[in-house]
Amino acid sequence: MNGIALSDNTKAFLLSIALLVAMLGIWELATPAVKSAGELTEYEMLTGGGGEQARVPPPSQVIEKAVKELSNPFYDNGPNDKGIGIQLAYSLYRVLSGYFLAALIAIPIGFLIGMSPIAYKALDPFIQVLRPISPLAWMPLALFVIKDSQASAIFVIFICSIWPMLINTAFGVANVRKDWVNVAKTHELGQLKTAFLVILPAAAPTILTGMRISIGIAWLVIVAAEMLVGGTGIGYYVWNEWNNLDLTSVIFSILMIGIVGMMLDTVFAYIQRAVQFQE
Amino acid sequence: MTKPFIQISGLSKRFPGANGGEPLTVFENANFSIEKGEFVCIIGHSGCGKSTIMNILAGLDTPTDGGVIMGGKEISGPSLERGVVFQNYSLLPWLSALKNVTFGVRARHPDWSRAQVFEHSQKYLEMVGLTGGAEHRKPAQLSGGMRQRVSIARAFAIRPELLLLDEPFGALDALTRGTIQDELTRIWSGSEQTVFMITHDVDEAILLADRILLMTNGPFARVAESVVIDIPRPRERAEIIHQPAYYKIRNHLVEFLARRSKQLSGVRDHGGEPPVTVRPGAEDPDEQERRPASRPQLVSVAS
Repeated sequence: MNGIALSDNTKAFLLSIALLVAMLGIWELATPAVKSAGELTEYEMLTGGGGEQARVPPPSQVIEKAVKELSNPFYDNGPNDKGIGIQLAYSLYRVLSGYFLAALIAIPIGFLIGMSPIAYKALDPFIQVLRPISPLAWMPLALFVIKDSQASAIFVIFICSIWPMLINTAFGVANVRKDWVNVAKTHELGQLKTAFLVILPAAAPTILTGMRISIGIAWLVIVAAEMLVGGTGIGYYVWNEWNNLDLTSVIFSILMIGIVGMMLDTVFAYIQRAVQFQE
Repeated sequence: MTKPFIQISGLSKRFPGANGGEPLTVFENANFSIEKGEFVCIIGHSGCGKSTIMNILAGLDTPTDGGVIMGGKEISGPSLERGVVFQNYSLLPWLSALKNVTFGVRARHPDWSRAQVFEHSQKYLEMVGLTGGAEHRKPAQLSGGMRQRVSIARAFAIRPELLLLDEPFGALDALTRGTIQDELTRIWSGSEQTVFMITHDVDEAILLADRILLMTNGPFARVAESVVIDIPRPRERAEIIHQPAYYKIRNHLVEFLARRSKQLSGVRDHGGEPPVTVRPGAEDPDEQERRPASRPQLVSVAS
């Protein structure tokens, strides 16, 4: 109409930018500026009132903090002052080790359950009881049995990521089209070859869906787990900055949790697309 | 008397009745045989158990009674000696057309090199006219006709002793069906392949088969007649309808399906006699004596 045809993607992108600017603007305006010392009453001066730490910081301060932290993410000045990169790396290490341990167990067992209706029925009550347990409820027991807070955090990730993978793998394997299994049979494929050449690729999209759900849950749970076990990690960092009343750092780390979570999901979405097939 | 290549004897299939009632007998005491190199079609109404017979031949299903002997051995499970082309193609959707064929060839010849497997598969894909990049597409990117061609190539490429076709053209439109029927005849006449095929299409059966087995309606279905197609080969779709025998055979088949399949149905505990051989297309009484039906000399281009 006006000569410039914008693609839908460009339009959506421009709208996103506009929304971001609007939200930041409202946030900036909604956080009152700190009064200068001359305007403080005597009472406020005595109580240290008007200190910026006690207010929700404006976005400009958060951005300033982000630039400062991200320009040197891996510094280490002792137990209570580590760069954001180090904290995230600790969390990622725990999430990934717990997660892959869970995958190592959930996928083969899910496969067996899916192949055998008897195993499915026998294990189903256990899965149904264990699945709804909040992973953090395991923490005291894990701490007592394992006697190591790091390993306990990994265990909590393990226990929360195992269920979606187990259930999806079993479901995917149990619902492989009978025609494809017949193709394997008429070609005289052995059980192992049938599993790897036919059932695994046929169930892969469902299995990957479970893996993607699991990694999302694991990243949600690690923050809470680290708030409990302390020491290192992004969850500990958030809680530590709250104790320091440094809300700028709290908001900054909340954003970082979101960004890393999105990146994890993107990786799995990519793998999921790679194994997806059209019938 | 020499033994036939495939002997089906006393074959029955019953399903347990609901709530412990009387079992449902689909077919009972079926006896017939198939010679080596023969193209046999089986026609019958839905529910007469022809798919069950095919699955038993494939080794995917087991009969309640009776058994099948092929080449001197009893069929007891699926085997590469019996290739199956399913109605819904049954291609593996995550593999390309070529990989679907190599899947079969590799299963058949585990000792072959990669290049050998590839070359062999490519040859059969060319035979069904799937070349020029189409062989690298996934089944979802191919039309129904192309998919069934891949499925036929996969079955022929493993060179089974018996090829089982379960309504292979049932899901295709009439034009595509005609083209692939022509291709199937062409490939088949170049091989010495024994074929057993289910169809609902009378014209298709006359075009392709040496012999057509007619089944009565289920339950208690049986193979009632064996109709010999006395039409010389090579047959072509455009030519065959001008053959004097064509309409005699066609009328016989249609008459059976429309009327007698019902009249003859429901006979319990019949003696298990083999199907009556009928030759509606035979020109004169002398022809009746000639057995087997005339066939052209077979020349193998495969292998």
